[in-house]
Amino acid sequence: MHIRAAAGLWFRGVRRHLGNDQRQQQNTSSKMADTDKKSARDREEIIAISHLNKWFGDFHVLKDINMTVAKGEKVVVCGPSGSGKSTLIRCINRLETHQEGKIFVNGIELTNDVKRIDQVRREVGMLFQNFNLFPHMTVLENLTVSPVWIRKMPLAQARELAFQYLERVKIPDLAHKYPNQCSGGQQQRIAIARCLCMNPKVMLFDEPTSALDPEMIKEVLDVMTDLAKSGMTMICVTHEMGFARTVADRVVFMDGGEIVEENDPENFFTNPQYDRTVTFLSQVIAH
Amino acid sequence: MAKQWKPAPSRPSPETWTGIVGWLRINLFSSPANTLLTILGAGLLLAIIPPMVRWGVFDAVWLGDSRAVCDSSAAAGNGGACWVFVKVRLDMFLYGFYPEPERWRIDLMFTVLGFSLIPLLAPDFFRTGRSQALVGGCGVAVVFLLFGALPAVFMIGYTFAPFLFERVSLWHTPQQIQAGKRSAAATGAIGVFAVVAAVYWSVRLAGVETAALPVSLSAGVLSLCLLFFGRLGLLVWRWIFLFCVFSVFAFFMLVGGILGLPEVETHYWGGLFLTLVVAGTGMGTALPVSILLALGRRSELPVVKTLCVSFIEFVRGVPLVSVLFMASVMFPLFLPENVTFDKLLRALIGVAFFYAAYMAEVIRGGLQAIPKGQYEAAKALGWTYWKMMGLIIMPQTLRLVIPGLANNFLSLLKDTTLVAVIGLLDLLGIAKAAMADSEWLGFTKEAYVFAGVVFWIFCFGISRYSVRLEKKYHTNYQ
Repeated sequence: MHIRAAAGLWFRGVRRHLGNDQRQQQNTSSKMADTDKKSARDREEIIAISHLNKWFGDFHVLKDINMTVAKGEKVVVCGPSGSGKSTLIRCINRLETHQEGKIFVNGIELTNDVKRIDQVRREVGMLFQNFNLFPHMTVLENLTVSPVWIRKMPLAQARELAFQYLERVKIPDLAHKYPNQCSGGQQQRIAIARCLCMNPKVMLFDEPTSALDPEMIKEVLDVMTDLAKSGMTMICVTHEMGFARTVADRVVFMDGGEIVEENDPENFFTNPQYDRTVTFLSQVIAH
Repeated sequence: MAKQWKPAPSRPSPETWTGIVGWLRINLFSSPANTLLTILGAGLLLAIIPPMVRWGVFDAVWLGDSRAVCDSSAAAGNGGACWVFVKVRLDMFLYGFYPEPERWRIDLMFTVLGFSLIPLLAPDFFRTGRSQALVGGCGVAVVFLLFGALPAVFMIGYTFAPFLFERVSLWHTPQQIQAGKRSAAATGAIGVFAVVAAVYWSVRLAGVETAALPVSLSAGVLSLCLLFFGRLGLLVWRWIFLFCVFSVFAFFMLVGGILGLPEVETHYWGGLFLTLVVAGTGMGTALPVSILLALGRRSELPVVKTLCVSFIEFVRGVPLVSVLFMASVMFPLFLPENVTFDKLLRALIGVAFFYAAYMAEVIRGGLQAIPKGQYEAAKALGWTYWKMMGLIIMPQTLRLVIPGLANNFLSLLKDTTLVAVIGLLDLLGIAKAAMADSEWLGFTKEAYVFAGVVFWIFCFGISRYSVRLEKKYHTNYQ
């Protein structure tokens, strides 16, 4: 076992999951087939969340979340602030730990096992509201440092890859600038390129446009749309309803830590099932 | 059809607000009260500075080599300083009681140190391998001309081996190990052991038994770095060499006892040289230790955290003098009869750990200023703890805490004078000893001013260097 994991378990006295890990891992496939028999045939699930519960202290943030995402699917998660949507997607790459329920990513269950967490994180890219580029490195270094140090890629190859993705997000000329010399929209696009350099199977977007000036939102959404067209699996927390309508395969609406309803965008926007959804949509789309 | 919008042109700032006149107006004579303060300040400076310069420079006695010169000048009614006192004892101030024929060893040590620090402290100018080789070549030439062939051979190895190491780390086996191949890692571990054993026995067989252990250990650390942390830049290799190779070299150069060099016990050490040894090893040890302490204090593991917190709080709670006393008087009482540690070594450890505790708190302050998002972004990209700390978090933290660290380095340098309380004569101690010399009574002012000026030069150097670093990293981002 990984030394840090072992030390962590020993020091903290956390014994959860320790005995069960192996068995759970083997049973993954059969369990998932049980939960969603119909769709399992025609869709390959990459994320499966079942009975997920999470508390911050005494505050019950996520209440019995069940959700699956198929390979190549684009899911938009929306809801009022404090509804737990960010927490939900942060659970998927273990930036938050959950207390109950199971999360499988690419067939790997997320537990306290550090090695597995690392495996999952390498497959899952994440975008943040505040971009979180590394400010002490140039844009190019931001893009190459992870492939080189985590994926053990030769530097020259990593550079080539970095330029390829910078080209794709349309800012190859910024390669030698520092992140703080770039505009917000450019920074978010650099962050997308940085994720892509790690060749993720899934990308999580945590309100990628909410810190941007109105003029810059479009350039980021364009890149995201382009990414969606290329077949990337995406889970996107956003308030951009236009993006949800055009790009998403499915919209999930959350409030109070629960999934209120989920539907395909057409039905979600034109024919919402719950009054809560109706109020939310009227608030968001009104202006 | 919308009208075309043109931005208005910018005008230059009004003249009275720019240039020298503008500067004076804004900063010195902005109001009647400030004008008065400016005039008073100028008067104060005029009253203080000229007499000091007259005493120290124009009325001072610079030439001569005995007390008689000073006395005759004083008898002639000349009130200036007599620097002959310092000149006569300069060697003493620099080297303490280190035996005169052996002093070249100190010179050699500092020459090598100087040439290895040039590219490390000015990395912007010596980014390329060629420029580093140029400095190294100059170093080899200087060492050869001043100290002869054997030191020059060491210097060649020391300056040019990093090039070799940088290349070798890109070979197949190191790459395999870094890629996490277990079989390769096992081979690597065996290789490191083989290197350590081979170096150990060959040094022993060469008849230099005392050096066998440290030399083989440093070879072991080097080969570990070579095999397990590949892709290190040339300058990183130079830092590793400074810590692994130079420290061993400096130790045996100063202490002696091998290769026909007579042993010089540490109670002969003194003067500026001792000050620099204490300060240099103090800084070199305290910084890495403090980083570990700071990380430990923020660790989620309760045992590690408790250990670090108790160490830091204990050390911060006692004065340095008492730590030094503990090291020199109390510590030996706890040791078995036949085990002895050198007094200087104990003082070095005391100073280093004392400052490590302080610097750990400075670094912790910097760590707290790093946004949580940086950790999250790194984790989300799959970074593991030590890599994340080493490449993402620490570089940002250290840049933030440059002023605080410079502060601690400065006070460390000046606190080396406290080793006087356990009987080691640093620069100030030697100066005091010189004042007590019956032949040269009455030259306290000169001795103190000289010691003060030397300290000031070093401290000012550190301070300017830290400002330079701050500027360099400030322009990069923010």
